[in-house]
Amino acid sequence: MLRLEALKSVYEKLENRVVITIMGAVAAELQSIGHRPNFFYLQHAMGLASSMGLGVALTRPELSVVVFDGDGSILMNLGGLTTLARYRPRNLVHVVFDNESLLSVGGFPTATSTGSDIAGMAAAAGVPRTATVRTLDEFVGAFDTALASHELTTIVAKVDAKGPAGFVTDLALLENRFEFQRWLKSATSRPPSPAS
Amino acid sequence: MPVSVDHSRLIYDALKECGVGLVSALPETWLVHLIRMAEDDPEMILVRLAKEEEGVGLSAGAHLAGTKSAMLMQNHGFLASVNGIVSCAQLYRIPLLMLISHRGEFGERDPWQTEGGGVTEHVLQALRIPFAYLDSPSHVAHRIRKAQTLAYSSNKPVALLLCRDLMWTE
Repeated sequence: MLRLEALKSVYEKLENRVVITIMGAVAAELQSIGHRPNFFYLQHAMGLASSMGLGVALTRPELSVVVFDGDGSILMNLGGLTTLARYRPRNLVHVVFDNESLLSVGGFPTATSTGSDIAGMAAAAGVPRTATVRTLDEFVGAFDTALASHELTTIVAKVDAKGPAGFVTDLALLENRFEFQRWLKSATSRPPSPAS
Repeated sequence: MPVSVDHSRLIYDALKECGVGLVSALPETWLVHLIRMAEDDPEMILVRLAKEEEGVGLSAGAHLAGTKSAMLMQNHGFLASVNGIVSCAQLYRIPLLMLISHRGEFGERDPWQTEGGGVTEHVLQALRIPFAYLDSPSHVAHRIRKAQTLAYSSNKPVALLLCRDLMWTE
């Protein structure tokens, strides 16, 4: 599965949801599909996208939050999985794109390439719903189920170690940050769950 | 335990007065009463962390979503949070109100706390984070209020060092 295809397959469902991504390929690819004011790209601070998502989810329970994480990032904040699980917000879906490598710095393999199981670690941390998916159909199914479940879910999507040619986009970091804050200020309620 | 309940209450009340609605914390001796106060307050969202750097992300999310927050940590927790402070809060202009227990200063009896105290102010200075000391009950409320005011007007982190003379009663 290509991460770009996975993002495209759920893109329409992101409307009116709070979306927080990690840096690198995830941010660049989501922007290539089409930036929206409800998307925030944490272009550094590896590991903290899930913590930011938790901060939004806990303070705005009326909103639906989606975090697009990666294996390299979540491996830097494994303790954060225990914090997510401890507070288990019902309005947070945590997607981890696992390409088993640090792609943006040359593709060096991460520990998931030698068997470390992020969904297993999330489940053991206490995340109530977890899944590992390998095809586009499985991914869309897991994403819809997670949104409909209203339970904290970590979905590990195994994707190819392929990304965009470049990672710098024409969206300035602070432009994104202030636009996203204004969107959050005006956002009022979560979108309906997708039909399952 | 000779951690001052009264002074902890002063600090907590000042945070409430400033409209703080979310506190992230990792327990350390001087913070125990503050954390219990947050825990017992039905209006406060208390997030107990595994590592202090998570608190930067929590506060960033809360801020963008419209909730004022404060971070309770030991100075060693601050040292463990530096990358998050730089590459999340400073890069994205996020106000942080960091209350840092300043272990390792004069009077410290625990040998393991003595290195962190010696570098805390230097690291704050290197990061260009404005900071002040909370070492007397008389200035707790207005220093917390002023620190928060600067954090929000500058959209940057600020720090208050919780000192032994305030937190500990011999």
